[in-house]
Amino acid sequence: MIDGEAAGRLLRTMWRIRLFEERVAQLKRTLVVHGLIHLSIGGEGVAAAVCGQLRDDDAVYSGHRAHGHAIAKGAPVDRVMAELMGRVDGLCKGVGGSMHLVDAEHGFMGATGVVGGNLPMALGTALARHLKGTDQVSVVFFGDGAVQAGHFNETINLAALWRLPVIFVCENNGFAEFTSREEHSTIERVSDVVAPYGFARETVNGSDVPAVYEAFGRFLSEARAGGGPFLLECLTYRRRGHYEGDQQRYRDPAAEQEWSERDPIARLTEHCFDDDVAAEIEREAATEIEAAVRFARDSPFADPGIVAELVYAK
Amino acid sequence: MTEATFVEAVNRTLAHAMREDERVIVLGEDVAEGGPYLVTARLAEEFGRERVRNTPISEGAVCGVAVGAAQSGLRPVVEIMFIDFITLALDQLVNQAAKAHFMSGGQLSVPLVLRTQGGSGQRNGAQHSQSLEAWLTHVPGLKVVMPSGAGDAAGLLMSAIADPNPVVFVENKSLYFRKERVPDPPEPIPLGQARTLRKGHDVTIVALSRLVEDAMQAAERLANDTGIEAEVIDPRTLVPLDLETLAQSVRRTGRAVVAHEAVTAGGFGAELAAQLQAAAFDYLEAPIQRVGAPYTPVPVSPPLEDAYRPGAEQIITAVNIALHWGEYDVEPWEHGAIA
Repeated sequence: MIDGEAAGRLLRTMWRIRLFEERVAQLKRTLVVHGLIHLSIGGEGVAAAVCGQLRDDDAVYSGHRAHGHAIAKGAPVDRVMAELMGRVDGLCKGVGGSMHLVDAEHGFMGATGVVGGNLPMALGTALARHLKGTDQVSVVFFGDGAVQAGHFNETINLAALWRLPVIFVCENNGFAEFTSREEHSTIERVSDVVAPYGFARETVNGSDVPAVYEAFGRFLSEARAGGGPFLLECLTYRRRGHYEGDQQRYRDPAAEQEWSERDPIARLTEHCFDDDVAAEIEREAATEIEAAVRFARDSPFADPGIVAELVYAK
Repeated sequence: MTEATFVEAVNRTLAHAMREDERVIVLGEDVAEGGPYLVTARLAEEFGRERVRNTPISEGAVCGVAVGAAQSGLRPVVEIMFIDFITLALDQLVNQAAKAHFMSGGQLSVPLVLRTQGGSGQRNGAQHSQSLEAWLTHVPGLKVVMPSGAGDAAGLLMSAIADPNPVVFVENKSLYFRKERVPDPPEPIPLGQARTLRKGHDVTIVALSRLVEDAMQAAERLANDTGIEAEVIDPRTLVPLDLETLAQSVRRTGRAVVAHEAVTAGGFGAELAAQLQAAAFDYLEAPIQRVGAPYTPVPVSPPLEDAYRPGAEQIITAVNIALHWGEYDVEPWEHGAIA
């Protein structure tokens, strides 16, 4: 069971992600934030419940919808914001951007803009840890859209074969970009896709933060002891379009009514917090995000000379 | 120094690197069994199947595992059995490995070596005989090495494994069983240093991989038959490229032929010619000539494949065109240099 201290920590993380992303949506419209922006509003609970149980030396890989995972794993919000604005104080000096966030110091090994491309890399990190004999764990976030990419089946097969301490966390939001699950696969549950490989798997409601926390916690303690692989499927709700600017003509207006039931912040607040406490957590997060925006706006753009310097490691 | 084939030289270097550094691992299809050319023979016996890992036929994921392992502290040497199959690994190589250092603002590095082999000549057909190195040179962040013999293969592989960047190491199957004297233990050869194999003052032949030996044969025949002295240079690494050594030679000879086994059109010879003409334009007496394969896939039928493969004969023709430029009414496409 999740305790009060942990619930408070997770609520704080979710608010930091929620307000960060709402602010990013505004800044994208005014072109202060650059590039293709994919928001995870509605899915903050999974990022918080998974990353909130990891250490800095555990690895997390993410995809194109990565802000929440990076923040939950410990990336400073001001440096994430600066990265989205392309500034030199960004995590990656502004050359990576929203889809390529990396914070190696906090074990956020990277977002990738190619759907499914992160899956084998996370397995490679698990292999490195296995050969070094440490108890570090490798976690990879991906969506239901990645399941139809060739890398998914190749990686799942290898992970099962090699029994490495990797935890696959699927955020199944029912959409692969603009296309609904029904149109891209006949299999409804991702946990069913991996069933023949014989490793532990579970599907939980991604809006139910304590449920995600507990299911992931069980897999994590087994992975720490060298077990693996595991697959945790979280059914989430993608509040925004595939990217900011997506007209969402494919969206069923009736689905909008689900939001009040599926908002992970509202659910956790209702179950665990007094309104005053929750409001204070939200206020603190808002203050932090505004400070992050100021930090990022004050940061200069890098000298163009760094582009050529960063191509090869010395 | 000991006598070794190209295969033995690569094999010994892998074993040497694995003995010296426990971070070095080898993975790929059939590697624990030695692979089809026995390049990884006996490694599993010495280092175990944890460090010499057989993989399923999953080039994309296997390359991705190598990328993740490399950015987490290992030094993987991943094998793609035929360069033709690199198509399946290109996402990981091009979108992940090549860009991880850059996109992370320098936080990550990917010290991996991708070993593969290409080239025609064994009647293997259009999907097991290609020379695709030019694709890889087009991607900033990758290094591309193409050794022409056993000694260079050993020394360059040592440097590739020690390099903090992703290095694609392209072997040529026609060279695998040629013997040479090689240092034992292997000594590193820095990436980005061309090797001048033959001095000459009339024309510079820049040749890659298998065509280096053909260039040497062409140069000997030209010297014996007509007294022409060709300088032969092997760049050894395409990225980084030792342009200065090539350009100095061309400025001296005033004429150049670039030769490789890949299809001429869009091949690395085009890049060499462009860079050399910019670096030595005022010294050139003739357009730089290109030797390569015609713009077709590789056929299986022995006489057809033999006719397809560029070699010493085509290099001699190209040298003669460069030497006699302006003397005859020769159009460049008549000798097959342009597809």
